[in-house]
Amino acid sequence: MANTGNSSVSDLQKKYKKSGMSRQVWRRFKRNKTAMLGLIIITLIVIMAVIAPLIYDYNEDVIKQNIKEKLQAPSAKHILGTDHVGRDVLARIIWGARASVFIGLAAVALAFIVGGALGSIAGYYGGRVDGIIMRIMDIFLAIPGTLFAITLMAALGKSIPNLVIALTISTIPGFARIVRSSVLIVRDVDYIEAAKAIGCKNSRIIFQHVLPNSLAPVIVHTTLSVATVILTIAGLSYLGLGISAPMPEWGQMLAEARNYIINPKYTYLTLFPGLSIMITILALNLLGDGLRDALDPRLK
Amino acid sequence: MGRYILKRILTLIPVLLGVTLLVFLILSLAPGDPAKTILGEMATPEAIEQLREEMGLNDPILVQYGRYMGNLIRGDFGISYKTKVGVVEEIGARFPTTMKVAFSAIIIAIVLAIPLGIVAAVKQNTLVDGLSMFIALLGVSIPIFWFSMLLIQLFSVKLGWFPVQGTGTWKHYVLPGLALGFQSMASIARITRSSMLEVIRQDYITTARAKGLPQGRVIRHHALPNALIPTITVTGLQIGSLLAGAVMTETVFGLPGIGRYMVQSIEGRDTPAIMGCIIVFTVVFTLVNLIVDLLYGLVDPRIRAQYKK
Repeated sequence: MANTGNSSVSDLQKKYKKSGMSRQVWRRFKRNKTAMLGLIIITLIVIMAVIAPLIYDYNEDVIKQNIKEKLQAPSAKHILGTDHVGRDVLARIIWGARASVFIGLAAVALAFIVGGALGSIAGYYGGRVDGIIMRIMDIFLAIPGTLFAITLMAALGKSIPNLVIALTISTIPGFARIVRSSVLIVRDVDYIEAAKAIGCKNSRIIFQHVLPNSLAPVIVHTTLSVATVILTIAGLSYLGLGISAPMPEWGQMLAEARNYIINPKYTYLTLFPGLSIMITILALNLLGDGLRDALDPRLK
Repeated sequence: MGRYILKRILTLIPVLLGVTLLVFLILSLAPGDPAKTILGEMATPEAIEQLREEMGLNDPILVQYGRYMGNLIRGDFGISYKTKVGVVEEIGARFPTTMKVAFSAIIIAIVLAIPLGIVAAVKQNTLVDGLSMFIALLGVSIPIFWFSMLLIQLFSVKLGWFPVQGTGTWKHYVLPGLALGFQSMASIARITRSSMLEVIRQDYITTARAKGLPQGRVIRHHALPNALIPTITVTGLQIGSLLAGAVMTETVFGLPGIGRYMVQSIEGRDTPAIMGCIIVFTVVFTLVNLIVDLLYGLVDPRIRAQYKK
């Protein structure tokens, strides 16, 4: 009897919250022009990454060398010019988006799951569990993030799965910490006390009450983590530890362009891949800032 | 205060021990046999086996770690596989370069960021504010290695103001410092703006204005000292990204610092050298964070009062 009453109330709450809160957030977000710009740019980049194979053939247009047409300045045939072995720069930039978008999202999604689970367990249970988890996270956090990713790549060796692993591991502690602190804030709120008092299971309290209410800072952190991870992918590839030729990635394209920077004729080789990275990161930052303002107007 | 500092230093010890163990375990996963790296591909299996035995590579991993730590405590980071010189000497020789780059970066960042943040806050919601915050946003969005390349193309190749690569004069550190400092500049400017905005709404600022003090004086003497506290923290926290950024800048500008040494060691599978670089970076990073935390208390009497409890 008590049980059915309880679940119908929480169902109602859930329903109300789902429509009410997200609609409010969206309304506030929509009013923020720069945040909308960020969202539009990110959407376009994701679309570009998804449909890249429809525009350019990987073997023919992206990786096939064509020495006869090497180092051509932008023209009607090659809108952004060709690189040092005659590959079309535009085709490589569009395909390069795939590395950033897919690897970036995969790593952040995995880090979100693992870090989020560790953080909620630590925050919710407190005490010794919290102590152990967070001391281990402190050790990870003591090493500057990019350097940690570099070390992991040095140990694991170059490959795409290893890149995802390295990025995930270096992103987990940040998630654990932020989820833990948001969980700590809501843990002692009255409605959690109430849920405990009526005998809800711990897992139910965590997933149904604690997590949804501590999501705001986590969502913002997720957006900014995607930005950090994409920058790290580019940085690792630039150092020769991430994506390697012939597969295109923006940082890797910049590494290849390095030998040509002292000749002003080849400025286009450094300009466009760099701009692609910068625009992506800029858009993610705008999106993150906009989400922060929309999710929690008090923080503004 | 003294007891508090001691307590903070003591809590660092397990963290740093944990870092060494973590990095040691990770690097032990690295592909390739160190003995083969040292002797070269042409070495006989017997020679490799003998060297493995001499180096203790056949011992269990935790025994190897214990031996490494025993040496580390005595200031011995091991011998570089490539150059056969002590890693301490290798890193010591490169430390000043990295410090020079990081120092010029932080100076450039502070000199640009604080005025930018103040102007943006004082002229909130004007074009100047928008422009300063856009520059700050660019700073966090621009990849350091790309910005370095652009700086070389503009200031070294086109204008010829600064050398492309190398060390020697102060001029060699301007572009690396700018490239590395730009990102920190962005974070420092943003936090200066937001804490300045908070402070200039306080009653004592209204009082200062009501007394008829000129705007410049109100900002410099009444608002700024209070607004700078969060700025100090963020500046300190930037040291971590500066160290990571040093790896990039030193590579692009060909500076013989620890960052570049680390990349070269990775390419050469020189495990003791990689390990040494990470430890030095982490110790510097952790110590700077501690100093910032303590400095915070020194600047803010409210926090200092809490230490006494």
